[in-house]
Amino acid sequence: MASISTTPAAQPRLKIWQRLSFEETVFGWLFILPAVLGLILFQLGPVLVSMGLSFTEYDIINRPTWNGLENYTRLFQDALWIKSIQVTLKYVVIYVPAALIFAYLVALLMSGRIRGISAWRTMWYLPSIVPSVAAAAVWRWGLHPEFGPINFPLKVLGLPAPRWLADPDWIVPSIVFISLWSLGNSVLIFLASITGVPRSFYEAAEVDGAGIWRQFTTITLPLTSSIIFFQLIITVINSFQVFTSAFILFGSNAAGSVAGPGNAALFYMLYMYRNAFGYFRNGYASAMAWLLFLTVAILTFILFKTQNRWVYYEAGDDNE
Amino acid sequence: MNVIRYAILVGGGILMLTPFFWLVSSSFKTPATIYVFPPQWIPDPFRWQNYVEVFDAVPVLRASWNTVYITMFASIGVIMSSAMAAYGFARLRFRGRDLTFSLLLSTVMLPYVVTMIPIFIMFSRLGWVDSFKPLIVPHWFGGPITIFMLRQFFRTIPLELESAARIDGASRPRIFLQVIIPLARPALVVTSILALVFNWNGFLEPLIYLRKTKLYTLALLVNSLREFESGLDWTHYMMVVSTIMVVPVLILYFLAQRAFIEGIVLTGLKG
Repeated sequence: MASISTTPAAQPRLKIWQRLSFEETVFGWLFILPAVLGLILFQLGPVLVSMGLSFTEYDIINRPTWNGLENYTRLFQDALWIKSIQVTLKYVVIYVPAALIFAYLVALLMSGRIRGISAWRTMWYLPSIVPSVAAAAVWRWGLHPEFGPINFPLKVLGLPAPRWLADPDWIVPSIVFISLWSLGNSVLIFLASITGVPRSFYEAAEVDGAGIWRQFTTITLPLTSSIIFFQLIITVINSFQVFTSAFILFGSNAAGSVAGPGNAALFYMLYMYRNAFGYFRNGYASAMAWLLFLTVAILTFILFKTQNRWVYYEAGDDNE
Repeated sequence: MNVIRYAILVGGGILMLTPFFWLVSSSFKTPATIYVFPPQWIPDPFRWQNYVEVFDAVPVLRASWNTVYITMFASIGVIMSSAMAAYGFARLRFRGRDLTFSLLLSTVMLPYVVTMIPIFIMFSRLGWVDSFKPLIVPHWFGGPITIFMLRQFFRTIPLELESAARIDGASRPRIFLQVIIPLARPALVVTSILALVFNWNGFLEPLIYLRKTKLYTLALLVNSLREFESGLDWTHYMMVVSTIMVVPVLILYFLAQRAFIEGIVLTGLKG
């Protein structure tokens, strides 16, 4: 992601403004016109409108009425909102490291000289193209505390079996578990970046007598760190927005409904959805959206700030 | 060392695939045999009738058609509009181009949450709720990731081909349609596949916009089946519809495995 901002620099020929022809400019804007309209209508515009709405009360039927910071002050007194933050943060804290480490390890195992790579790749990748609705449907049974196949071996062996989706403490880990099942995308991306490291680097390291662990920490890890960084950013952004699996397992449109025992599955998005589309509190939900947006933006910003310390970019890497 | 590696890859791989087996196997069970201990691996009785009866119980055919319809038109739209934009960004030189492109790409990081409500309000003002338009029309205005991927590819097409066409007097739209598009087929296949899967699997947007049962997509149908309807447990039908939803994606994967993997890698690398 970091390299996006460097894209303009990659094209010095653009700086010669005199050479730009009128014809090219007209067609240029015409070709990108739909995308520019989309950018304004469906991205930038709505972001601003959403901020405006967050200072109003608005049920769509009546005109929005200005209520200043009331939505925000009410949020901080809303026990369910606080609950939804706890649930979501718990998920982010467990899922992000688990997903990155797990995907990276699987990719490491698949890299190098190995037989039948396309078969392993397929096996690990397939779950990630399963519609999340279908995945949630399967896991609803798979993680069933009494009859589910996950608990079956534990019960047969007489081991303590978690109550998964029925136990408030286990609900977030269960959703993490379901998300980890569809980790294939990250595995493929890590695999491509690991296999992209030139062999000659390892050969040189071997000549110098570096062992496997040293080769990993001094070659593989630094040379794939920019991809790890990119995956970290994407994973963080997405993990704040868990919706489908939680909704299929616990969601409901009914007013006053509870998301799982003790609202333990009340993810931020679920609560926001309920406010906007269940209670028609669009101002309130917009305030929620904006606070989430700010949180994610600040986190992303902090991560970008730390990247100089641990992300390695090859000299001359100009995004081409 | 290698033995352990293969053991983990194979063992883990099989574990990753077992839920597919559960899905298909429970779709042939009765509600009574889904929730039993020990879990049944091979359904007994083996109710293939589920796949017939489900069509009477819920509008599967209708939902399948709706899903196909939305997926097709949304994907065609995103590919066409993105290809156009990608050509502009990759090949034409004009002031403001790179700034616009960076701005566009940065929206990849913008959570859908923030734009969801205003877009919903806009579409409900237009009277588009309970129609497929909100799920299709926005895709005709380009998608940042698709634009990015196509742009990367267009830049690898030799400039000479384009200049030759210019000398022959071809206009920009003509070059785009007759030179660039035919050469970009591999990239168009990759991005189309990603678009198809993305739209096929969509849930939140259909959930927001489609309330009438006859407009349901397969994803919404699965969602509606989880409720106990009139005291009946429809878990087995939920599995049937989920299977119906998964199978086309799997077929697409096996038909175009390489394009799939290329696409995923492209979205993640050099982002």
